[in-house]
Amino acid sequence: MTVTSVHKDPETRTMTLTAEFAATAAGVWQLWADPRRLERWWGPPTHPATVVEHDLRPGGKVGYFVTGPDGERRTGWWHVLAVSPPDGLEFEMGDPDIQSLLVRVRIEEEPARRSRMVIVTTFPSADAMDLLIGMGFEQGLSAAVGQIDAVLA
Amino acid sequence: MVVDEVERQALDAVFHALADSTRRDIVVRTLRDEYSVSALSRLYPMTFAAVQKHVAVLERAALVTKRRSGREQLVTGNVDTVRRAARLLDQLELVWRDRMDRFGDVLAEDPNPGEPA
Repeated sequence: MTVTSVHKDPETRTMTLTAEFAATAAGVWQLWADPRRLERWWGPPTHPATVVEHDLRPGGKVGYFVTGPDGERRTGWWHVLAVSPPDGLEFEMGDPDIQSLLVRVRIEEEPARRSRMVIVTTFPSADAMDLLIGMGFEQGLSAAVGQIDAVLA
Repeated sequence: MVVDEVERQALDAVFHALADSTRRDIVVRTLRDEYSVSALSRLYPMTFAAVQKHVAVLERAALVTKRRSGREQLVTGNVDTVRRAARLLDQLELVWRDRMDRFGDVLAEDPNPGEPA
């Protein structure tokens, strides 16, 4: 089991995901720090990522594109805010179509060559505030939607 | 990249529409029953015109549909749009869960890259 917990918190506009791996923190870090390794996990198999720029320093940029099944390319980027090998990094992630998200990655080494990685995704912008309220709304509404499902069943 | 396959602009309109508590209330009510705009305007401390504006915002976001019946405008919530919006966060979760699965796969092939074998 890779992902051990996911917590979505409308109050702080965050999603916190925790995953555990059988590797050292240095090993886990390499999957962020090495663009060729990053490409292997960032995009889904249907939309593989090609990293064209990889400057993992505060103020640096990581640029990539993903290629869809029809050959269509979509670009994306990270604006790197903080880097602390192998403990973690922080970046703003965006593409032309979405408001940027703040992503904070923390890597903690555990005994027996295991590591835990905690990824916190925050919606920072005003648009994202709307999204947050949408989340609160989602919770309030699930009962209503459940009723509708019951009626349709 | 986060929610590639979702019509991003449409969703932005949805979340903008849902950012207002009156509009959220209108959606929840009209999902259950059809309401006329005038019936809705009696529920809130605001003018008919103000409620009509809220309904127009919801209509543009496809959260409700409006039909005419005589002199009344009847408003019905659109379940599909609501469900799609509610799924956005779940999709974000799914994107990262998939990423972590692949992350684990790549690591499994080479658990301690950079170290001598």
